[in-house]
Amino acid sequence: MSIQFKKETFRNDYTFKNSQWAIDRFPFPFHEDSYMYSVNMEQHQGGPAGSVFEKRFDVDEHYLAEMEDRALVLAEDPLRCQSLPHMTLAGWDLLELIMVSKSEDYPDLFQLHREGNNWRWINKPMKIDDQFVFMDETTLPYGPMEYITRQTQGDFAVLDQRDDNLWMDAGMVTTQADWSLDFDIGMNFFEWHAPVPKAHEMGIFVRALKFLLNIQQGSPARRLNWTMTVNPLLDTSPENYHKWGVEKSTLTVENVGEKQHLRVELQTFFRLPRSNALVFPIRCYLIRLEELVTVPKWGRRLHRIIRDLPEELATYKGFISNRPMIQEYLSGFDDGQPTSDGIWPD
Amino acid sequence: MSKFKFPNSIISRPVYGVLKPRNGKSHLMIADAEGAEALFEIAASNTAIMAKSHILYFPKNTGQSYIKKLEKLNAAQLYIGPSYEASVSRLRRVLEDAHVGLQVYLTGTESLIGQAMQEIVAAGIPHTAIQTEHRGSVARRMQCVHCKGITEDVVTDPFVCSHCGLHLFVRDHYSRRHAAFQGVCVDAENPGDIPDPVELYS
Repeated sequence: MSIQFKKETFRNDYTFKNSQWAIDRFPFPFHEDSYMYSVNMEQHQGGPAGSVFEKRFDVDEHYLAEMEDRALVLAEDPLRCQSLPHMTLAGWDLLELIMVSKSEDYPDLFQLHREGNNWRWINKPMKIDDQFVFMDETTLPYGPMEYITRQTQGDFAVLDQRDDNLWMDAGMVTTQADWSLDFDIGMNFFEWHAPVPKAHEMGIFVRALKFLLNIQQGSPARRLNWTMTVNPLLDTSPENYHKWGVEKSTLTVENVGEKQHLRVELQTFFRLPRSNALVFPIRCYLIRLEELVTVPKWGRRLHRIIRDLPEELATYKGFISNRPMIQEYLSGFDDGQPTSDGIWPD
Repeated sequence: MSKFKFPNSIISRPVYGVLKPRNGKSHLMIADAEGAEALFEIAASNTAIMAKSHILYFPKNTGQSYIKKLEKLNAAQLYIGPSYEASVSRLRRVLEDAHVGLQVYLTGTESLIGQAMQEIVAAGIPHTAIQTEHRGSVARRMQCVHCKGITEDVVTDPFVCSHCGLHLFVRDHYSRRHAAFQGVCVDAENPGDIPDPVELYS
């Protein structure tokens, strides 16, 4: 099908909504009725037709609106996109990966024509038709990572691999779950995860790093992560927390179904060919609770997850004070029936 | 005096050791305030080292307390500066001439250690040649995550950002690149609800 791109906002009047199509394909992150950290990696080699796992870089109805929101964030704060000097080659690798993937996976939307290093990139939804010389930065309006990630949904952390570790040395980060690229840039895998409670003691990061260091070209991996966000605000940044934090206090029994969103990250990991860097796209999907509970299994299960989540995790994920209200709302959609295994609707 | 044992914390938070004299062709020692005492201990345990040492020292609020004694160490070079910031161009010049075999010793406040570390690593000195030891004040150098301004010598949590005026809580999350801990708005969710400031580690 061809995608109907929506005109909508992720700030101020918050007109963001999911269509029935987007609800049906939402990446619900819980495969059972309880949640605890796990490495939960799997190969990223496609998935059910129409699902967000099918393509290497999923494009959906929110594409144009998300790219507009990103441009607004960057105009206000250019530090959301940074690349340390040694990461330019990885930026070209990323540009190539995305252009090749999107033109192959969505030929009706994107085209890439290559003659040697003379490339032409056509992005029809964004009305872009640019010719440039591959590996020549002077022929693009931005650096290669910024150029292509201004046209691709999701945040991007580009990780240099050295000393048996991964270093967050470049990124485009405007739809983050409350972490700062500007603060974390240059940190290694353990350092930028330092504030996460419990997971270090559980050995999660040691195992995850071991897995990631061994990702090979052509064998990308993926996992899901989640949190909760009041209002469909993509830019839940620490930088702007003093502005949006107060929105958390606007939740009421009446508006919780409309305002409270489950925020899911589809995290993927690709080895890049020339730089040997690892690119870590973090794609954010939002769904309001009243949309989510239209799938009975998801309503039941999310209620049980939220109810039983350890306090430390609810605090870290930033919804401890709203948990009673969310739990109360969701309890109305949990009739106690058993749920089937796996993330898919029944 | 004034050796503080920091409680265990998250992994991005720096940890400090105890300076030990090492063999090296030359030695660069950077210290502020009570950090002078760590230098005295090095000098006492290896008297030969000082003839090959360049000391950069910033008294901060210790005034003249350590100056005479530092002079008596007879370092090859002793620079007493009004502030670390004022010394940065000098430090860069010194690092330009650094040769393999240079040993670096950083001691005093976390702010001094962190900022000097940043310059020294940027100059390509391997981290294996750098030692650190905390002495003196536990005040922190904080970056406001909102306005990006740095507030020096923060001793309470929360504190007021010296640039944008927001009340910030003190995180243990630390950036080597900024040589600073992260400060985050404490009353974002309930504006005006600001806890009374408490002294760090109290």
